[in-house]
Amino acid sequence: MTGVPAVRAAGLHKSFGKVHAVRGLDLTVQQGEVVAFLGPNGAGKTTTIDMILGLTTPDRGEVSVFGRTPRAAISRGQVAAVMQTGGLLRDISVRETVQLTAAMFDSSRPVDEVLTRAGILDIADRKVEKCSGGQQQRLRFAMALVSDPGLLILDEPTTGMDVAGRRDFWSAIRADASRGRTVIFATHYLEEADAYADRIVLVRQGTIVADGTAAQVKNLASGRTVRATLPSGDRALLAGLPPAANVEYDAGRVTVRTSDSDSVVRYLLNNTGAHDLEVVAHNLEEAFVALTADEPGTDADRHALEGDRA
Amino acid sequence: MSQATAIQDRKPSAGGINRTFLWIEIKRMLRNRRTVIFTVLMPAIFFFIFGLSNKDQLLPNGHSYGQYILISLTVYAAMTAATGAGSQVAVERAQGWSRQLRLTPLLPGAYIAVKAAAALTLSLVAVIAQFVIGALAGVTMDPQIWLTAGLVAWLGSLVFAALGLFVGYLMPSQNVMQILGPALAILAMLGGLFMPIEIMGDTFGEIAKFTPAYGIGQLARSPITGEFDAIWIVNVLAWLAIFVGGAAMAFRRDTKRV
Repeated sequence: MTGVPAVRAAGLHKSFGKVHAVRGLDLTVQQGEVVAFLGPNGAGKTTTIDMILGLTTPDRGEVSVFGRTPRAAISRGQVAAVMQTGGLLRDISVRETVQLTAAMFDSSRPVDEVLTRAGILDIADRKVEKCSGGQQQRLRFAMALVSDPGLLILDEPTTGMDVAGRRDFWSAIRADASRGRTVIFATHYLEEADAYADRIVLVRQGTIVADGTAAQVKNLASGRTVRATLPSGDRALLAGLPPAANVEYDAGRVTVRTSDSDSVVRYLLNNTGAHDLEVVAHNLEEAFVALTADEPGTDADRHALEGDRA
Repeated sequence: MSQATAIQDRKPSAGGINRTFLWIEIKRMLRNRRTVIFTVLMPAIFFFIFGLSNKDQLLPNGHSYGQYILISLTVYAAMTAATGAGSQVAVERAQGWSRQLRLTPLLPGAYIAVKAAAALTLSLVAVIAQFVIGALAGVTMDPQIWLTAGLVAWLGSLVFAALGLFVGYLMPSQNVMQILGPALAILAMLGGLFMPIEIMGDTFGEIAKFTPAYGIGQLARSPITGEFDAIWIVNVLAWLAIFVGGAAMAFRRDTKRV
């Protein structure tokens, strides 16, 4: 089962002019994983995906797909992608599009089978230009299934879809992933990542800022902040706090970021001399924004920039 | 998992030239109303306007002027067809199809080969259509003249398929043929396809020899004029080299920019 990783990226860098889109990104995806690539617009998700697919060459670093170069993996039909927009000929039918795609590969799944799995067999004879955005997206999905790839990459696949279309699209993807396919999808919707991925990779300004199960990343991003005034003599007692994401002490105030604020508050009041206590709640979305906001000057940034100069 | 190992052990693809690809390309071209208008209708109208009235006038060597005009306009039809077919890459680039193809095993060389084959198919349709119209209008020629002139017009259109690819890779426009259409008419005129070189005057007659439609036109009409000059072949090969080189350069620039 283990085998080579589906994707292995090490030290990827990519700049476009003055924009340093990807800054030293490392990522390994094992076969069978469903990974969400989560981050705000401009975080470097699409650039990273383009490098995994060989559409863009990294300035520095290496990327391999099933142990091969991206091009070699594509040539073997091992990786396929559903891109955000474009990539369709308007003047041919849905079925012709899939036939044409299938013709490029040495071996491919039957056309009607992938049309069925993408849920568009009933519109197979419709011209692509007459299809709705959601139908075109399912067509891109069908095209990606044609080579029966081991790795499927989706770049913000539900952009512009309505709620129902989005749900249908994801249930098709989920049904497909349950057959053992490795799936990487980029999204800036936290709920999508939460609902459909078993691992979330959080990217911000071209680097990975968090990587874990949906629950772990949610904890990191959600939770509450507890602040209290704490006599400096009691600092040592902070070691006894229940597990918390982050504990800081500055100028007599302690700040605890935690997913379990009740326990933290109980501990602080029962076991230390903490007073003037306040609890601030973040909702999931705000926390996510806080974690991925484009503010330069944090430690992670400085490290990345120093790394660049070296 | 057996599926996973199977995926790792797959062999690379041969690169994508096949009948399905070619057939869908040809279907796409024949469905395009604009292509049909440019390749069949316009040359036919030109023939009815310029050819029919002078059809029975004789050239000094006894061949009819109708033959001369029919062959010239057939060359024009074939070159328009091939340019139009090649220039479709502009549309495919604009729709992101070229990028999509980079996610398949298709090799760039195979893509170009299929495009060239599709262009030649369309120009063959143009040649046959033109000849049928001419024959119906009463132009008669020896079978070997139909054949030789037709072959030269058809194969010569490869030069213009390369021009179409060149411009298609250079320009982002969806309506690349709106620019190429008039440009081709000017090239046809300068190359002596709309009027004989002899009546163009010294300056234009001299310029004509360096334009891309000239060599093919002269060669195609050679069976009825009875003339031949090796410089015509040089003209064809030189323009072929220029357009193929330009297309290759534009293609490389296009695939590099992401």
